Amino acid sequence: MPDVQGLVNEFVNLLKKREIEGSQATAKQTAELLRSVISHQRVPHANQATALINAVRAVGEQIIDANPIELAVGNIVRRVLYIIREEHLSLVTDAMAGYGMSAASDEEDDVERDDYPALSAAAVAAAARRTLRPPSLHTLLEDVTDSAALTPIPSSAGDSEGKSRSVEKGEKGTRGRKLKHDVIEAVNELIQDITSFHEQIAEQAVEHIHQNEVILTLGSSKTVFEFLCAAKEKKRSFRVFVAEGAPRYQGHILAKELAARGLQTTVIADSATFAMISRVNMVIVGAHAVMANGGVIAPIGLHMVALAAHRHAVPFVVLAGSHKLCPLYPHNPQVLLNELRSPSELLDFGEFSDLMDSATGVGSLHVVNPAFDYVPPNLVSLFITDTGGHNPSYMYRLIADYYSADDLVMKQKPTTGN
Amino acid sequence: MEARRAPRAVIDPKVRRVGFFAPPDRSRSGPPDPISFDISPTANSLSPVMIPPPRHSSESLSLHARPAATSPSGEESVTAGSYSSSSEFFPAPMSPAPSSYSSRTIADDGDFFDSGKVASSFPRGGFDLTAMKASSVPASELTTGAVVNADSLAIREREKADKGGGSAVEVKDQALNAKQKKEKTTKAERRALQEAQRAAKAAAKAEGNKASGTLASVNVKPARAAKLPQKVDNASVAASEKKGGDRPQEKDRKKDVPQPRMQYDDKSRVDKAKRRAVVKQTEAKNRVELFRHLPQYEHGSQLPDLEAKFFQLGPVHPAVYKVGLQYLSGDISGGNARCIAMLQAFQEAIKDYRVPTEKTLVRDLTAKLSSYVSFLIECRPLSISMGNAIRFLKSRIAKLPLTLSESESKTSLQSDVERFINEKIILANKVIVKHAITKIRDGDVLLTYGSSSAVEMILLHAHELGKQFRVVVVDSRPRLRGKLLLRRLVEKGLRCTYTHINAVSYIMNEVTRVFLGASSVLSNGTVYSGVGTACVAMVAHAFRVPVLVCCEAYKFHERVQHDSICSNELGNPDIISTVQSREDVNHLEAWANTENLQLLNLIYDATPSDYVSMIITDYGMVPPTSVPVIVREYSREHVWI
Repeated sequence: MPDVQGLVNEFVNLLKKREIEGSQATAKQTAELLRSVISHQRVPHANQATALINAVRAVGEQIIDANPIELAVGNIVRRVLYIIREEHLSLVTDAMAGYGMSAASDEEDDVERDDYPALSAAAVAAAARRTLRPPSLHTLLEDVTDSAALTPIPSSAGDSEGKSRSVEKGEKGTRGRKLKHDVIEAVNELIQDITSFHEQIAEQAVEHIHQNEVILTLGSSKTVFEFLCAAKEKKRSFRVFVAEGAPRYQGHILAKELAARGLQTTVIADSATFAMISRVNMVIVGAHAVMANGGVIAPIGLHMVALAAHRHAVPFVVLAGSHKLCPLYPHNPQVLLNELRSPSELLDFGEFSDLMDSATGVGSLHVVNPAFDYVPPNLVSLFITDTGGHNPSYMYRLIADYYSADDLVMKQKPTTGN
Repeated sequence: MEARRAPRAVIDPKVRRVGFFAPPDRSRSGPPDPISFDISPTANSLSPVMIPPPRHSSESLSLHARPAATSPSGEESVTAGSYSSSSEFFPAPMSPAPSSYSSRTIADDGDFFDSGKVASSFPRGGFDLTAMKASSVPASELTTGAVVNADSLAIREREKADKGGGSAVEVKDQALNAKQKKEKTTKAERRALQEAQRAAKAAAKAEGNKASGTLASVNVKPARAAKLPQKVDNASVAASEKKGGDRPQEKDRKKDVPQPRMQYDDKSRVDKAKRRAVVKQTEAKNRVELFRHLPQYEHGSQLPDLEAKFFQLGPVHPAVYKVGLQYLSGDISGGNARCIAMLQAFQEAIKDYRVPTEKTLVRDLTAKLSSYVSFLIECRPLSISMGNAIRFLKSRIAKLPLTLSESESKTSLQSDVERFINEKIILANKVIVKHAITKIRDGDVLLTYGSSSAVEMILLHAHELGKQFRVVVVDSRPRLRGKLLLRRLVEKGLRCTYTHINAVSYIMNEVTRVFLGASSVLSNGTVYSGVGTACVAMVAHAFRVPVLVCCEAYKFHERVQHDSICSNELGNPDIISTVQSREDVNHLEAWANTENLQLLNLIYDATPSDYVSMIITDYGMVPPTSVPVIVREYSREHVWI
């Protein structure tokens, strides 16, 4: 598949050069890439789910490595893996249900029954249980448990092999094509979700913004913009303070657009956030990623704003699409999940070059320009996602709806399928 | 609007006069005039005269951050109610640029201290503030003689001997009050007289000016404007009824009484103020609603206008004029630098001052000074430190013994100013450095925000002592003063890290101490300082890093404040829209044409006292809760230095 590999390489390059801006664009492109990977993946008759998972994993590792800070990539890869698993499982359970029904109703179909030696009613029940049971950290250990318990439950890519093979024997590949088709359908749906999550979040705006509210935001986020505009369109009148968000100054753009929409907008310097926060009713910001503990990786400066809001008991509301939910728990995210950008955003190149003569041994100068801040969960009042508002403490559970626990660790589980 | 103001004016002095003050003598006040009210807290406490409204409206141009207004002890009321006619212009020679300005004080980087010089000339031995003070005693001894001053002088001697003694305080305050009352009777009458005249004049003027319709009054609602002349008429009638008498018509006067800070949402007063202003200011187009009470003017237009007027014969002394222009253009910034430049300009003006015939020096000079101050306020609102310095100078003038000749008085005043600069600013800085240096250990990572002259001296001195430490300079838009500090530090060979204020949470992990400068420390412990200081202190507090605020005691003020909105200064909003050396950021170029878009450039913010671990001042290292103590001790003392 040279064409797919080419696409992957191109995407990796873009990520490495940081030419894709924003988690939404990244997420969308990742999903599209994975879709083409899946559609080009030649599915063997045997264990096709494993083949798909392995292919996605291989690509996923590459693109995650290309920009480990952009958590949306990993999120989407995991989402796609989860989709494959789910689709596969639903196919299997469908088959089981069909089989179970046929087995119960007409006993004469012995041939087919012999083809599924491993699949007893217990297996069907287990598969059903697995779909219902929320993934948790326990599933990380389930490989061991399952093999120890000798239950033929398709709990991982490796285990599904036998079952897939047996399925294939019966259906001769039709189900295989169906799996791929279903997965691509589901990925399309995911892409659709990513492109339209703004609207779903913005729909909730009127529930959160009241008349004459004073809202503060920092930097620019498309989600925030749509959110505020949605409230404005519903005839709410309120005013917005926009902190400019140095060193990128995207707040200027946001302010201009908001003012063009007829909102009373005031641009303030970032340093004035503490001064102004006492007159603000609500802080509404976008996020870069939301971690499993409810912490937020956010554009730089938001920790300061969150602290100020906390001090003045101003609600700190984070808008995040579900593709920003990251199933990882952060450890030292200030450093490990951060990125240092070019000093030229702060100091002109050469501005201090006359002092940087290392020969004379005069003082040294470091310029620190980090891109992200970590806002701990206790400073966040509310998350508004496309599925509604949630507490930070609920994030871990929400994440379980989107990801399979088997995919949490991408690297340490190299393709175990075959 | 008026209704809102009146109660406040009455309440103010009551709130502040908590200490050892004799109850105000109200026996002399006649039945209060229903329409008149008293805006001057000090006058309220000491003089029972009711001042009719037009006075305030016409007087109010200079009232932003007027420290005299909040003087609890009331010395101000003697000096500030100035009565001289300003019909004559200042007879100073019109040398456009007085050569006595040392270029050092007006360094283009906005910092008055040539850091290298200061640091290297730093005395190795301990310096003794009290020794310095002792040496200053003879000079002030000159003032003995007048009966009125005799007892206060005696108290001063006692105070010197026993600083902080409670008994001395009481005696002194009583003496002061007694003295005030004595003077007040006549002053009160004359002031009322002046009110009548001014009201009449304002009424006459109002008619004329209304028609001309200045550009700036576009925002004034028609209804409001129409009401104005009528009100003035009423007031003037009332005032003239009250007094009846008349004095020779006086020309335009540029002086002020102590009163609450000017509130710029009071349109009638703003209009009045504008008419009297030297600096033509047009109101900004997109004003921030929340800050209507602060002046929001177009920036950039005044400077060329004023520069053109430089050679015209004006009431403002050229030295003061020059300083005003430098404030306006931003050539001088930073609390100490501005204060010193102003004091030196006043020194210059006093040197060239001649007492006009039939005037007394005390009154006329105070009036002159007030007019200068109001000019400076038009250029840029005063900082609190400048307000304190002006209060000091005025009290010195008021305390001049009548027996002194003109030249003696002038010499005395000039040396007073000199001593204020040396003792309260320069020496205080050195003492602060000496204290702060004990808090720097090897291996420390010190964070500072913006550019504070005191912090800079501390860092440089610590470096000279060979301490091993690293400095994190945090900077913020729009002023980017940290860059200037960074350059000076790197030049001296310090190891520096530079970042912007948004990244302060990122960098705070590695910081062990935060050193901050302050524009003022208010008596509830709030640190009033360059905008962003509160953010840095808050983040430091969240990361459990000690915050040390370095502030000279002359910047302390007895005002209280707990937010950054009620009293602040607004800078030029255009600076927000453009980013220095980032041409790609130009989204807000035409912001003034967008109706709903405002830009807000706050200059100061207020840091709550619980974020501050310690305040390093020339009186030692104190917790924020001790600030009111120092304010009281200090404000008593600085009357007499």
